[in-house]
Amino acid sequence: MNRRSAVTSRIVSSPYIVWAALFIIAPLFFVVYYSFTDSAGGFTLLNIQTLPKYLPTFLRSIWFGIVATIICLIIAFPLAYFISQKSEKAQRTFVLLVMLPMWMSFLIRTYSWMALLQDTGIINSFLGKIGIDPIHMINTGGAVILGMVYNFLPYMILPIYSVMAKLDYSMVEACQDLGGNGFNVIRLCIIPMSIPGVVSGITMVFVPSVSTFYISQKLGGGSFDLIGDVIERQFQQSYNYNLGAALSLVLMVLIVISMAIMNHFSEGEGEMVI
Amino acid sequence: MKIFNRVYTFLVFLFLYAPIFVLLLFSFNSTTSTSVFAGFSLKWYNQILHDATAITALRNTVVLAVCSALLATVIGTAASVGIEKFRKGAFKTAVMSTTNIPMTNPEIVTGVSMMLLFVFIGRGILHTDSVLGFGTMLIAHVTFNLPYVILTVLPKLRQTDKNLAEAAQDLGCKPLNAFFKVVLPAIMPGVLTGLIMSFTLSLDDFIISYFTSGPGFQTLPIVIFSMTKKRVKPDMYALSAIIFVSILVLLIIYNIVQQKSEEKTNKKM
Amino acid sequence: MKKISAVLLALVFALLPLNCALAAGDADIEALRGTKLYVYNWGEYISDGEDDALDVNAEFEKRYGIKVIYDTYDNNEVMYSKLKSGGVSYDVVIPSDYMIERMIAEDMLEKIDYKNIPNFKYIPEKYRNLSFDPANEYSVPYTVSYVGLIYNTKMVKEAPVSWKALWDTDYENQILMFNNPRDAFAIAQSILGMDYNMESDVAWRAAAALLKEQKIVNPVYVNDEVFLKMESGEAALAPYYAGDYFLMKENNEDLAFVYPKEGVNYFVDAACILKGSKNKRAAELYINFLNEPDIALANAEYICYGSPNEAVYTNPDYELYQNEVLYPEEGAFKTQLFRNLSPESLALMSTLWDDVKNYIPAGNSYAALFFGGEDNIPGADAEKMTAETVKYAIYIGIFLLLVIAFLVFRFLRKRYRENV
Repeated sequence: MNRRSAVTSRIVSSPYIVWAALFIIAPLFFVVYYSFTDSAGGFTLLNIQTLPKYLPTFLRSIWFGIVATIICLIIAFPLAYFISQKSEKAQRTFVLLVMLPMWMSFLIRTYSWMALLQDTGIINSFLGKIGIDPIHMINTGGAVILGMVYNFLPYMILPIYSVMAKLDYSMVEACQDLGGNGFNVIRLCIIPMSIPGVVSGITMVFVPSVSTFYISQKLGGGSFDLIGDVIERQFQQSYNYNLGAALSLVLMVLIVISMAIMNHFSEGEGEMVI
Repeated sequence: MKIFNRVYTFLVFLFLYAPIFVLLLFSFNSTTSTSVFAGFSLKWYNQILHDATAITALRNTVVLAVCSALLATVIGTAASVGIEKFRKGAFKTAVMSTTNIPMTNPEIVTGVSMMLLFVFIGRGILHTDSVLGFGTMLIAHVTFNLPYVILTVLPKLRQTDKNLAEAAQDLGCKPLNAFFKVVLPAIMPGVLTGLIMSFTLSLDDFIISYFTSGPGFQTLPIVIFSMTKKRVKPDMYALSAIIFVSILVLLIIYNIVQQKSEEKTNKKM
Repeated sequence: MKKISAVLLALVFALLPLNCALAAGDADIEALRGTKLYVYNWGEYISDGEDDALDVNAEFEKRYGIKVIYDTYDNNEVMYSKLKSGGVSYDVVIPSDYMIERMIAEDMLEKIDYKNIPNFKYIPEKYRNLSFDPANEYSVPYTVSYVGLIYNTKMVKEAPVSWKALWDTDYENQILMFNNPRDAFAIAQSILGMDYNMESDVAWRAAAALLKEQKIVNPVYVNDEVFLKMESGEAALAPYYAGDYFLMKENNEDLAFVYPKEGVNYFVDAACILKGSKNKRAAELYINFLNEPDIALANAEYICYGSPNEAVYTNPDYELYQNEVLYPEEGAFKTQLFRNLSPESLALMSTLWDDVKNYIPAGNSYAALFFGGEDNIPGADAEKMTAETVKYAIYIGIFLLLVIAFLVFRFLRKRYRENV
């Protein structure tokens, strides 16, 4: 590469690098700063010391996040595969159909789930008509996980699909020629090749699931907290920025660690696919 | 297998669209309820078209989504072109890791940390007590859109033939012209995906907007959230239904147009 | 009724030239034309033109040529946090009683010049000089109402008269509770016969213990979901704000309302001007405008809370004229206003609230099966917290083990294959 193009590359990427330093890196320092100060601005470890109290909430959030992510993966993988098998035009249509619900506020969509899941809601009145006893769904952990799966499923489908759509099908054919049956082709060929998409998908579902707060309030009946609820309360209700920042810091560190482990798995280039 | 395939796809889409059917249904409700259907009425559609607050909020949402998507696409595409040319090394790794931060950071942390930054800048540097507003929301949205643009454009850049641009330059094209005439068309699908992705994310975002919004610029999700003491009425459902149907129509038209143009090119060939 | 208000409106419009003539004389009001006024109010808390009612902000803009920039919030604390963060500024804001007291104490409000609010004459003595603003220098009441108990007559065996109905195990899974600490604690404090504004650790802890006891009926903590759940017959009992009962009853005839005998919270939301307001004269004009009889009437009918405006509640054409729920006889039951609490009590309340929400009554969780643990033992709470923690820790541990096992398996297989 010649020197001139090296200079050009610096110039064209400089707006982004300045932007990233200002608006991606700098805000993180504020989180750290607030975590270790009290409301008067003096150094304190008190915020960090109160954190163990929220351990159950952290663990619950992580568990719900894991479950939601696994369910999303199970639902999304076959769908992404099926979509990638269709004609190019159909593929485009299906991708847009996956994205379309996201164009309406997720608050409203979560709200409509309440009408569906209630004891006297649409699903239960339907079950009642066909003679099945109503199932209690709303205000349970299950309903919260359902809300997470619903809201974040597209984030799992899209990256997996985009990897699969680019798969080199001569490889798949080679695999079939070598005598692989359907199951083996999927296991040995398609799954390994779509790992980068799966990794991105897991990140894009797990992160928002762990930190969500609206879903748990609306579908969980408010009788248990997720960590997002607690953080939101500190900032918006209790006006305790310092504790809120400390909780955010822990959440951030937790996620960075799990993502580092994930990336280690994928043995890829350490960057995500969309 | 084919039947399983169809049934499965149908079920997943049923799941994705179930709440939207509910929303469409209750937008025609004749009472204020969003759980008991009393009778058919168009009054909420009439209502929402005259509701200045909702219309302003919708306008704000769209303006913000368009601006942030465009800005993020321009900055992000330029950045990708630069990053692609970086030599492998610590700097490139650092830039790429930073790019991943907004995606791996919980939205609530991003929102909160940006609010803290803005307030600090506003109070400490600009000496104003009303820094939050359209500007801060735009910055926040561009920031979380950027990684999506970069990560869709970069792979396309890698696929394009690097010699093409150089060949164009050798033939006397200025570098900028070479980029617009040769490179950009090649990476256009990636740029467009990034643009649509950014627009979608920006439109759907609530948490980050909630923390960075200011006087006179509330987006639709914030207005909806502020109804949590009184109630969300079917007029919001009607608004969502209008948005849904108009996008659907746009998509259908787009598909038909594209199909027609494809047919044309096929004939020519 | 809507028609009657429309007729009234027409009358007002007929009188408008007169108004204009008066206004024109007021040079300082004329000078405000083209300026902007920033208003921060609760969501759905102003008549916005629904059902051909009056669009208050549009009407204000039309009359005075001042542009209203109108934003909404979902509760007092969010509004306070937003303002306190220093990132936003508004002119007019409409907080509740205790929040007004806090904002006065923290020097966030500007004194109102009541000369500019002639319509303050419509606010009778009983709504003036209330405890949060004793000299009435900062606020003009906007709505007044009470908290009460809404119930579904088809679902309860007998009409409840006490807050204790919310602790009745007969209605397990059918009880709703406030999803905000102040209102929830007030109910427990009423039952215990306490002052809502007590600055005593012991008292707050006692109320929290009572709220934890309520967990055996598995209450659902709600905000606006209360509408959905009461209207659809999902829940039998819910505490909520009196006026909202009418909105629910429109959709479910079976609902009824009672003021429990232990006493209820009485609340006043009032319009205030924020310190640093850049358009104070317009802010006063706006507050005055809100108290004009026809405007106040439109708002009262839209919001359905009680109006402190005499011209509204003595107007026989008012939809809710002499309504027993909104305007009960004075002294019919015990009422208390919220006061601003000390930072210590606020912090304690918020911590206790976290505990209440995450509390699991014995026998209701898997953890309890493993760890036993009866109620009423000191330290049982802590034990249950640990049990809950252990449960999720075990789940996550198993998950991690599976992942590690898979990795080890893959690694070994690779090695094995390489060797072969």
